Amino acid sequence: MLHIKCPHCGMRSQNEFSYGGDASVKRPELGKEVTDQEWDDFVYNRKSLRGKHWELWQHLSGCRQWIKIERDTATHEIFNTLKANEEIS
Amino acid sequence: MTQSFRLENIGMINRNKKLSFKFNGKVYYGYEGDTLASALIANGVHLIGRSFKYHRPRGFFGAGVDEPYAIVQLYRNGETEPNIKATEQELFEGLEAKSVNCWPSVNFDVGAINNFLRIFLPAGFYYKTFMWPKSFWYKIYEPFIRKAAGLGVASIKHDKERYEHKYEYCDLLITGSGPSGLASAYAAAKNGAKVILAEDKSRFGGTLLTSEVNIGNQSGKEWAESVISELKEMPNVTIKNRSQVFGYYDHNMLVMSERISDHLPQTKKFHPKQRLWYIRAKEVLISSGSIERPIVFGNNDTPGVMLSSAAKEYLKIYGVLVGKNPLIFTNNDSGYETAIEFQKNGINPIILDTRKDPKSELVDEAKNLGINIKFSYVVVAAQGYKKVKSADIAKISEDKEQLGTVESVKCDCICVSGFWTPTIHLASQSGNKTKFKEDIDAFVPGTSKQNETTLGAANGTYTLEETLKSSFETGHKLSKEITKNDNKISFPNVIEKKSTVHDKFWCVPLPKGKNYKRFLDFQNDVAVSDIEIALKEGYRSIEHVKRYTTLGMATDQGKTSNLNGLQLVSKIENKVVPAVGHTTFRPPYTPVSIGAIVGREVGKHSKPTRKSPMHSWHEKNNAVFVDAGVWLRPRYYKQGDENLFEGSKREAKNVRTNVGVCDVTTLGKIDIKGPDAAELLNRVYTNAWLKLPVGKARYGVMLREDGIVMDDGTTTRISENHYHMTTTTAQAANVLSHLEYYLQLVWPELNVNVVSTTEQWAGAAIAGPKSRNLLQKLFPKSDVSNEGLPFMGYMEGDLFGVKARIFRISFSGELAYEINVESDNGNFMWEKIIEVGQEFKIQPYGTEALSTLRIEMGHVAGSELDGRTIPYDNSLEGLLSKKKDFIGKRSLTRKAFISEDRQKIVGVIPLDKKTSIPEGSHLVKDSSAPLPNPKLGYISASCWSVEHDNPFSLAIVKDGKNMIGKKLFVMSPLKNKVIPVEIVSSHYVDPKGERVRS
Repeated sequence: MLHIKCPHCGMRSQNEFSYGGDASVKRPELGKEVTDQEWDDFVYNRKSLRGKHWELWQHLSGCRQWIKIERDTATHEIFNTLKANEEIS
Repeated sequence: MTQSFRLENIGMINRNKKLSFKFNGKVYYGYEGDTLASALIANGVHLIGRSFKYHRPRGFFGAGVDEPYAIVQLYRNGETEPNIKATEQELFEGLEAKSVNCWPSVNFDVGAINNFLRIFLPAGFYYKTFMWPKSFWYKIYEPFIRKAAGLGVASIKHDKERYEHKYEYCDLLITGSGPSGLASAYAAAKNGAKVILAEDKSRFGGTLLTSEVNIGNQSGKEWAESVISELKEMPNVTIKNRSQVFGYYDHNMLVMSERISDHLPQTKKFHPKQRLWYIRAKEVLISSGSIERPIVFGNNDTPGVMLSSAAKEYLKIYGVLVGKNPLIFTNNDSGYETAIEFQKNGINPIILDTRKDPKSELVDEAKNLGINIKFSYVVVAAQGYKKVKSADIAKISEDKEQLGTVESVKCDCICVSGFWTPTIHLASQSGNKTKFKEDIDAFVPGTSKQNETTLGAANGTYTLEETLKSSFETGHKLSKEITKNDNKISFPNVIEKKSTVHDKFWCVPLPKGKNYKRFLDFQNDVAVSDIEIALKEGYRSIEHVKRYTTLGMATDQGKTSNLNGLQLVSKIENKVVPAVGHTTFRPPYTPVSIGAIVGREVGKHSKPTRKSPMHSWHEKNNAVFVDAGVWLRPRYYKQGDENLFEGSKREAKNVRTNVGVCDVTTLGKIDIKGPDAAELLNRVYTNAWLKLPVGKARYGVMLREDGIVMDDGTTTRISENHYHMTTTTAQAANVLSHLEYYLQLVWPELNVNVVSTTEQWAGAAIAGPKSRNLLQKLFPKSDVSNEGLPFMGYMEGDLFGVKARIFRISFSGELAYEINVESDNGNFMWEKIIEVGQEFKIQPYGTEALSTLRIEMGHVAGSELDGRTIPYDNSLEGLLSKKKDFIGKRSLTRKAFISEDRQKIVGVIPLDKKTSIPEGSHLVKDSSAPLPNPKLGYISASCWSVEHDNPFSLAIVKDGKNMIGKKLFVMSPLKNKVIPVEIVSSHYVDPKGERVRS
């Protein structure tokens, strides 16, 4: 079980969180014309990375905030956590 | 029977407490502090089971967790449990155990024929033989293999015992209370660190209990006891015996199973049987010691052949002789320690040492005691069937290839020592890259992956002085880094007998003309010849060899067999052992009961149970409940002898003719506030929301980004910037997360707050032609006329002094209202509705009637919004705004979603107007078409229409819009039904929707 540092609440166990996928995906702006390819990339196409990966988690049983976590998908090492409004550098 | 193998003046058992127990129906006696194994050996019982494959007689091999043989079926307090190691099971009064894997009895076992057929049962036999004919598998092969295989029978009864889970955090977790565990725990505890010390056995001290050493002028045992009693007094230390740390998981989380009651005749009141600890440790010190490994020789599985360290443990801890005429077969000094203990207790052993001329304090002591030692000698084979009777021994050449003349010596046990294997399982599970240590012929932990340090014998350090020194230092250093304390401990003076190097010898060659089985893996009957076959057949990777031959795959996970297996593979392959590598160590280290893993989450505790504030009223009024997610909802209110079908029909009919009331508390409710609330709704729902006036509700559908319907419900504008959203019961939590996702990550510029208010409001739906009359009586001061409170209108009202929200919304398709009050007033509201409703013949209705009403109205619900349908499929395309963008809109232009023959919801009626249509059945054009019969669609929901008094179903069918009026067949292979049906509109009742507006 992972030990995740919620930027709002501190170190908490994984069972308080739910996984939300790749954090680098940006939703196209509302009303903007997008090609099929762009839309598919947003909805479906994901890189199944081995290694460092920025991903979204929600602190479901805690502060309910969505947060960003940089995790190694192979080793589960967590390098960094950010609040929803903080940009991935 | 007398305990004829029990000595009088040695051991740590409590001789004042005699215990009786039964093994295979026979009564024996032992003492408190015995294990089942030690008590049986004390009674001279060595035949305990039959082996897995050849059904060869099995005895005891070890004295603890490494035991491959002595697995029994345990009977305790009316329960039975398989896969219990007799070497771990502590004796209690009235214990009962039986042998496994033998029939009709352990003494006469029919399966033992396999032993004589063994030439036909080589590695991979099952894979090779039971492949064909294919039809034989189900009826002949599988039942036969199932009966032959397996080590015990699981109970099919509900387990009455209670198991608990516990979460704990600590600075240092120390796994094992031998010398390294005690020393490091002591040093860390003195520095004020929060320490958990876990010991698998009932007694603390590990090898200190059985070795002849002196620490600070105390015996090893005395020193261990004094350290333990000091640690027990310290508030920052938790000490647990009978506790096995069996798994090392990510982020330094370890799991430990504590056997609280297994050693007692029955579990004490309010106590759990076992407790599973989830421990998050800042540092982990692995002090799990080492396990002696055997030397491989002919018939080395005969009962009476066992590890020399186990023989010593039985003697010193339990005062039990494993034999009165022991033969010690060793390649190192450890065998001498066992021999010396025998000699001191009046038994004369013979030592066979594979070494030519070892020189050490221990060897000298054995010589001085006059023990018969034969150097450069090996055991070629054990003789005897159910117990060792003699051993064939021979001199071995210096290159260890040639055997001299084989002689026979009488003996009743053979104690083997092939040196020591560090227990590296936890370190390896943590991700530690292990390395091969040449001088001990075994793997030790290498580079740490997580915060783990391995100490003492587990790290390949086999001298006490070195172990204690490094453990004190490590415990001190790690705790100092955490607590910043620096309490130095003086290092005690250590006296131990010096050993010399071991002989790298592990397998005795076969004498000419003999074909003895030489076993590597005792639990799974894997012999040297099986590995040779596997390699001949081309298996190379050690992982493949393991799976093909089942070497190391049994419940003991090869604790005594893995290294010898590796030695063999590397010898045949002409590689060094580290080049072959070891198989992956995975948790659990030792079997853990399913009960402990599940913990308290069984039966009704397997998920939380949510009840509405009106639950007790429902109970009192004969409600039959149904699980709706985690909620308990009334399915119908039983009157007299009526069944579900009759009851729900009565309730639904009463809604259509009079008025009914339904508990709708379980609907998800989300309170939405903020100046941009309307904008949020406008983006989330598919229809337009910006112009919804205050005091009005609107039905909305929300999609996922892939265009699939996520949920539906009504949202009401309570005031300018305040909305009340309802969701389906099942999707409530997902919708809240969905809204939070968009507000926090996608559109943080929207000034909106969302919060779940599901628990805060109790809800009652009143539906039926007389519902307005009832409402007027409930709220005499409010104008609830069709003009005062039109369809989709909202108002606040005073329900006999209680503040209420009134929504004119309808799921049943009748004139209907939903009343919400604060949860605490829910029961008051409900009772008032029932009381006032009497004159209108009100009846409560449950979820079954609710479904009937919505199905015949063609209202979609969870069975249509099943995560596979788009708005069009549910005839909800009218709710798709063309003027604005919304979540998932872009996906609706996908080719499959706009195809001409896209699936759509329809109604289905059986032609005979009698046969009920099973939900989930398929719709086909031709019922006699060859299989696979092309499927046109599926039945999503079925009911008995109370309006038309015949069965009616909803279905999602390909090209649904052109199917109305067509005759098709419903097929349910599961229920063996073929029903001719007609496709009709999904709106079977009141297609124009006049009633809700009346």
